Amino acid sequence: MNHDLSNLTQDALRRIAQTADLRALDDIRVAILGKSGTLTGILKSLGALDPDARRALGAAVNEAKTSLTQALDDKRAALQAAALDAKLAQERIDISLPARPDAQGSIHPISRTIEELTAIFGAMGFTVKEGPDIEDDWYNFSALNIPSHHPARAMMDTFYISSTSNVPPVLRTQTSPMQIRTMLAEPPPIRIIVPGRTYRADHDATHSPMFHQCEGLVIDRGITLGHLKGCLSDFLRVYFDNPSLPVRFRASYFPFTEPSMEVDIGWSRKTGEIGKGDDWLEILGSGMVHPRVLANCGIDPSIYQGFAFGMGIERITMLKHGINDLRLFYESDLRWLRHYGFSPLAPANFHEGL
Amino acid sequence: MKFSLSWLRTHLDTTATLDQITDTLTMIGLEVEAVENQADALAPFKIAHIIEATAHPNADRLRVCRVDTGAGEVSVVCGAPNARTGMKAVFAPPGAFIPGSNITLKIGEIRGIQSAGMLLSAREMGLGDEHDGIVDLPADAPIGLAYGDYAGLNDPIIEVGLTPNRGDAFAVRGIARDLAAAGLGTLRPFTPAPIAGQGASAIVWQNDFPAACPWILGRTVRGVANGPSPDWLQKRLLSIGLRPINILADITNFFTIDLGRPLHVFDADKVAGSLLRLRHGEGETFRGLHGKDVTASAEDCVIADANGAQSLAGIVGGEATSCDETTTNVFIECALFDPVRIALSGQRHAIHSDARQRFERGIDPALLPAALDAATAMIIDLCGGTASQTTEAGAEPAWQRTATMRLDQLSAFGGVDIEPATAIDRLTRLGFTQAAQTEHSITVNVPSWRNDVAAPFSLDQYPDLDPARATQAAQAAAIIEPERDLIEEILRLGGMDAIPAVSLPVNHLIPAVSLTAKQARIALARRTLAARGLAECVTFSFLDTATATLFAATPESPRVANPIAADLDHMRPTSIATLALIAGRNIARGLPDIAVFEIGPSWPNAAQSLTAAGLRAGSTPLSWLAPARVTDALDAKADALATLAALGVPLEALSFTPDAPAYYHPGQSGLIRQGPKTILASFGTLHPRITTALDLPAETIAFEINLDAVAEPKRRRKSAPDLPSLQPLRRDFAFLVDAATPAETLLRAARGAERQLITNVTLFDRYEGDKIPAGQTSLAIAVTLQPREKTLTDPEIEAISQKIIAAITKATNGTLRR
Repeated sequence: MNHDLSNLTQDALRRIAQTADLRALDDIRVAILGKSGTLTGILKSLGALDPDARRALGAAVNEAKTSLTQALDDKRAALQAAALDAKLAQERIDISLPARPDAQGSIHPISRTIEELTAIFGAMGFTVKEGPDIEDDWYNFSALNIPSHHPARAMMDTFYISSTSNVPPVLRTQTSPMQIRTMLAEPPPIRIIVPGRTYRADHDATHSPMFHQCEGLVIDRGITLGHLKGCLSDFLRVYFDNPSLPVRFRASYFPFTEPSMEVDIGWSRKTGEIGKGDDWLEILGSGMVHPRVLANCGIDPSIYQGFAFGMGIERITMLKHGINDLRLFYESDLRWLRHYGFSPLAPANFHEGL
Repeated sequence: MKFSLSWLRTHLDTTATLDQITDTLTMIGLEVEAVENQADALAPFKIAHIIEATAHPNADRLRVCRVDTGAGEVSVVCGAPNARTGMKAVFAPPGAFIPGSNITLKIGEIRGIQSAGMLLSAREMGLGDEHDGIVDLPADAPIGLAYGDYAGLNDPIIEVGLTPNRGDAFAVRGIARDLAAAGLGTLRPFTPAPIAGQGASAIVWQNDFPAACPWILGRTVRGVANGPSPDWLQKRLLSIGLRPINILADITNFFTIDLGRPLHVFDADKVAGSLLRLRHGEGETFRGLHGKDVTASAEDCVIADANGAQSLAGIVGGEATSCDETTTNVFIECALFDPVRIALSGQRHAIHSDARQRFERGIDPALLPAALDAATAMIIDLCGGTASQTTEAGAEPAWQRTATMRLDQLSAFGGVDIEPATAIDRLTRLGFTQAAQTEHSITVNVPSWRNDVAAPFSLDQYPDLDPARATQAAQAAAIIEPERDLIEEILRLGGMDAIPAVSLPVNHLIPAVSLTAKQARIALARRTLAARGLAECVTFSFLDTATATLFAATPESPRVANPIAADLDHMRPTSIATLALIAGRNIARGLPDIAVFEIGPSWPNAAQSLTAAGLRAGSTPLSWLAPARVTDALDAKADALATLAALGVPLEALSFTPDAPAYYHPGQSGLIRQGPKTILASFGTLHPRITTALDLPAETIAFEINLDAVAEPKRRRKSAPDLPSLQPLRRDFAFLVDAATPAETLLRAARGAERQLITNVTLFDRYEGDKIPAGQTSLAIAVTLQPREKTLTDPEIEAISQKIIAAITKATNGTLRR
């Protein structure tokens, strides 16, 4: 019997090893371990043996069953794995095929710069104000110490809105009217920036009839010209990402500030690189708010003082990103927008980096 | 304002270099815009001697010259007929750039003879049109000297951009004074000898408009001989781009630039009568010296003789009484005009003259007698003649005033510590004189030429200010302003760079939010639209009337009264209009697939509104995976809804009505409404009228979200989420409804059929065609049922289904498809 068992086991193991598909493997399992399988038959016959022989053969049969079951399981796993491999090989795709197309949108560089201005000045405690594009003459000029005969009016190439009034409204030539609206609306301390559209009747390679400015206003007790210099130097060095950017202040004149200063930054005229080279580039205008402007808004200039500044948003955008044609900002050429546009998923903020 | 370095030096005694001068000018507020030196281009051209000039053996018209350049002898072939032996000429060596011919010289061979340079004509040096031959210099011209130096052309021209407040700097003398004050030398004295004059002036003033002209002087000079100005005067005017005319005219131009003191000289024999009147214009017309007719209004101040107005006072003189070569008797006008009246007259007549420029900024009111004497002296010097006594009308105005400054304000306002002695020194050098000093303040007399310091002023206060507050502010301004004027002068001369920069003190370590909730939502709308694949644009706020009209502009939407171009004269009624224009431009460039948006102002009526508008045209991207699809109105609806959702608008509460503005296709557009009144957005296909007119594809779609109408979302804490543990189940239904039935009606009915259990209803199929009756639409929906406490039994599910069917049938009059 033992000999038979041994032969049977060896024979089964050999057949299992040679099997190449799952169905044949199952047939082998049934032929050996099934209800009328050979090994099952031997197990059934154990009852007829004497106890000693039964114990000895029983142990041998169990051992054979264990090894055959293991062999069947191993073989089944191997065949299943091979079958899966074959199936997956069949399902192969050309991974070089183009993926489903995604539409790419973008944020305009002007919006991006406004966002950066907001982040930087926001960190210095400024809030953002907006105002109407069509302004009353008083807000745009008179309140800002630009009376009707002032030479600065002629320099501004103002667009007037058709009106029956003898003082027609204007398309604001500057974002400065929001200085006035803010000072009338809220008591100091004031720290605001005003990014927005401005308009002047000038149209050539370097002037656009519509462009953007960002105004700034700080009014408080004890604000000095030193603060003006510090605030604007801090801004410029962060905006241009250059902690050692040379910044120069030189005396100038604006009707609504006194003293007034133009602010220059160091650059190379030859390469256009900001912060390199020995040349100076005018970048913004600034000054201490004129006592007449404060008084026009009912603010006592012997108590409150402060500074104001204004810069061209297109200009600082062009300088930062090396854009050389102003007109293309408004042309909306899709290729330009794609090239200079910014991702909507990376807004300007300090914790991720400007 | 332009002046030459040599001209500046007639007023400024200085050893400073050109660079020091220009750097200082820029730092003290007289910004240098350009420095040019004609001699730079002439540097290689040296005076040379023609040792011998002989005929070229191989060319009739050429000469071969042996030239001593001062640095050796060379052979030059020259075509000039005047080249001759012994002549002094101007030589250009090989390598020199010849500005008049735009070439760089090389050693060449002309008809077999070497030519190592060139003898130059004035035209070849870029110095005029003279081309009769090469420059023929006097025999004593030193060989080897640069021609520019020899001809006195080595004189840099400095151009400064002057700010409107500095009337005093519109004069070479004013600039010299500022430079001297800044420490760059000393101001030379200006003390013309007084001229007594013989006899009364044959012409006298009568002032009938003292408000425009507080003071005017004049005198006649008889027996003058006019003609071309001497070389030095011509050169001085030419150097700054002024054309010499004749001596008398050139003298007036000279003093305008030199002293900032415009003068006028009448030909006394052309003046009718012996009286020149300053009076209001009377509507009469005269020909001005600028070559155009001037019609003087009652607001203008004119100078009139017996024949009428002869000059627009302080702005432009008249042709009829002007001096020419035959003039023998002249009358000199030296006046002080009111700056505001000059500015307004100048604006009205659009005349930009050197005189107006100075008068409207304010000239030195104390300078009149000295300037008249200086001009008289120069006329007599250059033209001969005899001066009369002066005639005058009005009197020197009381320009004298003081300004007081508290010394601590230099640091409290200026942010810099400056010793009082330094401050006083700077003011003194500018011409201020000390009137008083206390421990805490100084008071100075303002010099006559600084009409910008401590000037009388009027405020233009907001009309609705509290009167007490307005008065307090005005009184403070009257005290503060002269002080600020002085601080400005003191800081300016020391350079603004001397003020230490101080970072703004921060009130909070963690900055407060800098945007309002609305501004933040606008930023979010921008990012949402860009993330949906639209490119943000910035287009002009104005456009042409024809396009504005296409886009339903109303008569109330504003127009530009003085547009820069006819196509920019109407404020846009909707941003879709300018987006449509740029879409057309991109399509014309061969970029047919458009997806753009803009957030900005528009004027659907008189009031400005802020919208986010978008436009799509063309197809979805080409792909092998799915055929490209032309965009349609529901793409626009999706853009609008996605943006509204991002802005926190609860979409369930929105309704859609087909009454969009007229620039949309009437059958493929709608309004998105919140409640009965609020219109949040419009969307749809553009009207064919517009797409045809603007060359856009018929399927151009657009949307516009009214950002002003989007309410701030309620900031409530969220309730606990609904997370049932039982599995939801789906049941599908299809209904036949009348084709005119809005799908929304059916979806709403389904959602409302059983509020507890139905969590979602989705339309997944819509069919119209030959399998169903004409005029009917099949709408198929998937309803999600969410059991709450226990699994639903089949009878319960059936009961809910019946409720859904009943609700839809009732709402739409439709029938369930079996």
